[in-house]
Amino acid sequence: MSAITERAEAADDGPAGFTFAQYWICFAGIVWREGLRFLHQRERFVSALVRPLLWLFIFAAGFRQVLGVSIVAPYQTYILYEVYITPGLIGMIQLFNGMQSSLSMVYDRETGSMKTLLVSPLPRWFLLVSKLLAGVAVSIVQVYVFFAIAWFWEVRPPAIGYLTVLPALILSGLMLGALGMLLSSLVHQLENFAGVMNFVIFPMYFASSALYPLWRILESSPALYKLCQANPFTHAVELVRFALYGQVNWMALGIVFGCTVLFLGGAILAYDPARGLIGRKRQ
Amino acid sequence: MGSTDLRDMPDTLVRAAPALDVVGVSHSYGSRLALDDVSFRVPQGSFTALLGPNGAGKSTLFSLITRLYNTQKGGISILGRSLAEKPGEALRRLGVVFQARTLDLDLSIRQNLAYHAALHGLSAKVARTRTAQILEGSDLADRLGDKARTLSGGQLRRVEIVRAFMHSPRLILLDEPTVGLDIGSRAEIVAEVRRLVRQEGVSVLWATHLIDEIEESDRVVVLHHGKVLAEGTVADIVEEQGASTVRDAFASLTGLVRLDAAPEFVP
Repeated sequence: MSAITERAEAADDGPAGFTFAQYWICFAGIVWREGLRFLHQRERFVSALVRPLLWLFIFAAGFRQVLGVSIVAPYQTYILYEVYITPGLIGMIQLFNGMQSSLSMVYDRETGSMKTLLVSPLPRWFLLVSKLLAGVAVSIVQVYVFFAIAWFWEVRPPAIGYLTVLPALILSGLMLGALGMLLSSLVHQLENFAGVMNFVIFPMYFASSALYPLWRILESSPALYKLCQANPFTHAVELVRFALYGQVNWMALGIVFGCTVLFLGGAILAYDPARGLIGRKRQ
Repeated sequence: MGSTDLRDMPDTLVRAAPALDVVGVSHSYGSRLALDDVSFRVPQGSFTALLGPNGAGKSTLFSLITRLYNTQKGGISILGRSLAEKPGEALRRLGVVFQARTLDLDLSIRQNLAYHAALHGLSAKVARTRTAQILEGSDLADRLGDKARTLSGGQLRRVEIVRAFMHSPRLILLDEPTVGLDIGSRAEIVAEVRRLVRQEGVSVLWATHLIDEIEESDRVVVLHHGKVLAEGTVADIVEEQGASTVRDAFASLTGLVRLDAAPEFVP
């Protein structure tokens, strides 16, 4: 700290630093605002639910006989295709929610309201992590509503699974949200976001174990199998699949955790005014 | 940095460290130089107008003062706190009204204000108390429950100004807050800011290209082509230029007759 700063602080009666309570208030405020926005955008809530439900009600019913699923971990018996794709559909909810959050960050930046967040005196990494957690909280609400509807469709994991899946949902939501945040720092115009749909969401979703077990893909194409294994979304889905049955897929856990750190670190760097990409382009 | 002269000052003078100290700031977008060695001060308690035509570099300067961008060259201090060394300490003493609208139109005015307060670590209770204080006697007090999108452009701007005062800052930046408003709304905005400045006792940096928003008692910084051409009180600048009005002084400094007619600056 320079002598000037010390002298000036001594001459100013204002408090230095921030208390834990102030951090908490800021975090709660960001989550509250994200929740309000979600409630105000009812179509977003409905579409977030309709999308996986269509897959569950129609796609899964149609492909039940076509796509046979042998016994694969964590399942201990033959299962319905609807049961198999449920973790994939949960991943779909979180994937779309993560991208929706990043889309709203691009929109906020274009309209200027992102500045309100970024000029807060609290550390920028804290603001971004809070915003990320707020998005994850919203996605988890959607997932549990989906679980409730799927229960009536006879997709019924063990009761304890609804609880054990929660940490997996938080971690997978963080990874996908952090990826979205990183993408939002790279996309400078809302119109360019359509490319994210084509080049990120669809490839991530289809080149994964969300809709079919990887051994089936290996039978078709070893190269595609390797691509699916390298896809972090595959591991997010597997993490959720195992957690839903009270088990831990350690490899998936490690990869999802590592990717979360990587994506979040990239997003924080990108939004850092000292090194980031944001400051290098005129808004 | 210009603030280094504070080292030798006694405490009484340190207390009077400028609200804003901009020293030798330069900033480029690629090869385009937007700010070139800009230095000026906003003394505590002053109403300082940053006068410059469109493209002068005002918004870039605001982005640097609010740390949306990091300063490439030079230094900025707010009440003696270096933005580079202690950004949190500096920013908590700063209130900002950006040129673009930044309210969430789907939230009510009360919710927008509470969100801003939370971003500064202020509880909902404190936010309510501050809102009541700031809006005392204002017609906006009756519209707190209304969604922001139901307000007129002028009212939205006034809410943004109120919001900038929520966390009791010591310095307020306003980036062309009256742009796009009719004459009546502009007058309301100017009056609202000057009322709040008197009430809260804060310093103001008001970026504008509208000379009629400047009063005789204000200080003026003239920014043109990314450079500071003059700094001082209205009377000082008028006298230095041998002019009879600020408008004439500005024309003499920049060669422009109308501020909004300035050509895009390409160095």
